[in-house]
Amino acid sequence: MTSITTAPGIAYAEPKPRHPLLQFALSQPTGAAGLVFIAVLFVAGFFADIVAPYDPLALDYDTMLARPSWQHWMGTDAFGRDVFSRVIYGARTALAVGFLSSFMGSGLGAVIGVASAYFGGRIDMAVQRFMDILLAFPIIVLALTVVALLGKFPVGGLDVNLILAIAIPMIPKVARVVRSSALAIRQLPYIDAARAAGYGHARIIFRHIAPNVMAPFLIMFTAFIAQAILLEASLSFLGLGVTEPTAAWGLMLSGTSQEFYSQAPWMIIFPGLAISLAVFAFNLFGDSLRDYLDPRFKT
Amino acid sequence: MLRYTIQRLLLMIPTLLGVAVLVFVLLRMMPGDIVELRFLMEGGPVDLETLATERARLGIDKAMWLQFVDWITGIFVGDFGISMWTGRPVINEIASRLELSLQVAIMATLLAVAIAIPLGTLAALFQDSWIDHLIRVFAIAGLAVPSFWLGMIIILALLTTFNWIPPLTFTPIYEDPVRNLSQLVWPAMAVGYRYSAVTTRMMRSTLLEVLNEDYIRTARAKGVFERVVVGRHGMRNALLPVVTVVGLEFAFLIGGLVVTEQVFNLNGIGKLFVETVTRADYTMVQALVMLVATFFIVVNFVVDLLYAAFDPRIRYR
Repeated sequence: MTSITTAPGIAYAEPKPRHPLLQFALSQPTGAAGLVFIAVLFVAGFFADIVAPYDPLALDYDTMLARPSWQHWMGTDAFGRDVFSRVIYGARTALAVGFLSSFMGSGLGAVIGVASAYFGGRIDMAVQRFMDILLAFPIIVLALTVVALLGKFPVGGLDVNLILAIAIPMIPKVARVVRSSALAIRQLPYIDAARAAGYGHARIIFRHIAPNVMAPFLIMFTAFIAQAILLEASLSFLGLGVTEPTAAWGLMLSGTSQEFYSQAPWMIIFPGLAISLAVFAFNLFGDSLRDYLDPRFKT
Repeated sequence: MLRYTIQRLLLMIPTLLGVAVLVFVLLRMMPGDIVELRFLMEGGPVDLETLATERARLGIDKAMWLQFVDWITGIFVGDFGISMWTGRPVINEIASRLELSLQVAIMATLLAVAIAIPLGTLAALFQDSWIDHLIRVFAIAGLAVPSFWLGMIIILALLTTFNWIPPLTFTPIYEDPVRNLSQLVWPAMAVGYRYSAVTTRMMRSTLLEVLNEDYIRTARAKGVFERVVVGRHGMRNALLPVVTVVGLEFAFLIGGLVVTEQVFNLNGIGKLFVETVTRADYTMVQALVMLVATFFIVVNFVVDLLYAAFDPRIRYR
């Protein structure tokens, strides 16, 4: 932010406010590029039924392991399924799991962080120790344990337990960051005023503190979508995430695709590219959003 | 310094105990214990009596708190129990695999540091030039490419260009270094890329921050060579946060190997973890989780100590 000082007596015309999205695109071109790619992914995933040229589950034993061609842009897999169509449907899986788990993880983390900061004292102490314990687990170890523990619980084609397993490792990280922001806000006089006015804890937490920690929350939310997509791909690759026949990028890389390294490299190349590009786009967008919302972190 | 060390050391105990309780309880909440899973796999009719004797043999019929006390007291005398699946001591099962995983992790670290320090420095020195942009793209791509996929691409490249794949069986480095390295260099590269990306970003941003400090301007003003300004005044002060990242990422690397070991078919602790967690092999999973968590907490502790040793302000806070 540049501060504008005007000589006394001279009228200063307020610049016409730009649309925030345009403002963002102008100051963060790389972030905007990421956002455009994310939008493309969304359209592809949402309208997969229209965009995809083939049924992602349709087996075709006449065209097994076909090389990329005009009929099959990314070739076919060992069951004759169109790889391009599966990559498109995979975008739907990745985005759904990524968004839902990131929303769940950062939402729960934020509530825990704000509550912990607000109540302070023993509660804060106990919550923080528990978060320390969760942080001592490597992300994938924690997620794998939760997946093995909960088993599968599909709702509308999505495994809720998988989403939970991806969300849980995010909670302690979000809780920590949000807590430290909330601690600063708790000291402010308007919180005392709200308390003096007799408002309940829930109202103060959700109406007075939560809106003011939105910036760190949004930053972590977008950053964790990328992490969630990677983690979903890893778990599916290990055979413990999304399972056949659903199209998922990580799953496309596991199983038979490894037996056909030399015959059908397209089975490996394209799904991996899809994961990398999606995560790349979310990272670009997330980094730019952080610079945009919180210039203190900018280096 | 001693008081600080002891204080930090004592803080580790409740965290580790918490990890132990959490993993212990989580495992026992899983539907179906190892006995059921094993008989289910073998098929055929099983009577309840066989199940009961088998449970008694493994000691999982006892009260949960008793099992926990047994396990914890065992740890203190160095006894982690026997694997419920293979029947071999947990410690032997882990030791034979830890060597491999640890070697890959160390090689990946060396690789990452060797790439990250020069690249991060270059990017900071030529901030906003094309060199900087190139390095930043390299780094941000490193965060996006999944290590297991990079591993597959490496294998694919080796296969198509040299018609060769890395050896599948592990040879210790002291027996045949060439064979050992020709197997493990590739997974180290696959996991090292992400690692180097994280470290490059950290190196760049801290060096930029340090180069904006007043004492750097002073050094330049009194006519110190730029090489000395960057090398002695800049890099030295920028390295501490970089060491932190290297330390913390190293602890996470062990976890990251879980997936990459599958790609290269390496018999390391990551692969062991995936196998045992799906088999509900309580003793193995508990020992592995404790190992990794302890490792992480100890690395954290060492990093904090390094900080305190290099930066006295932290101690007196």
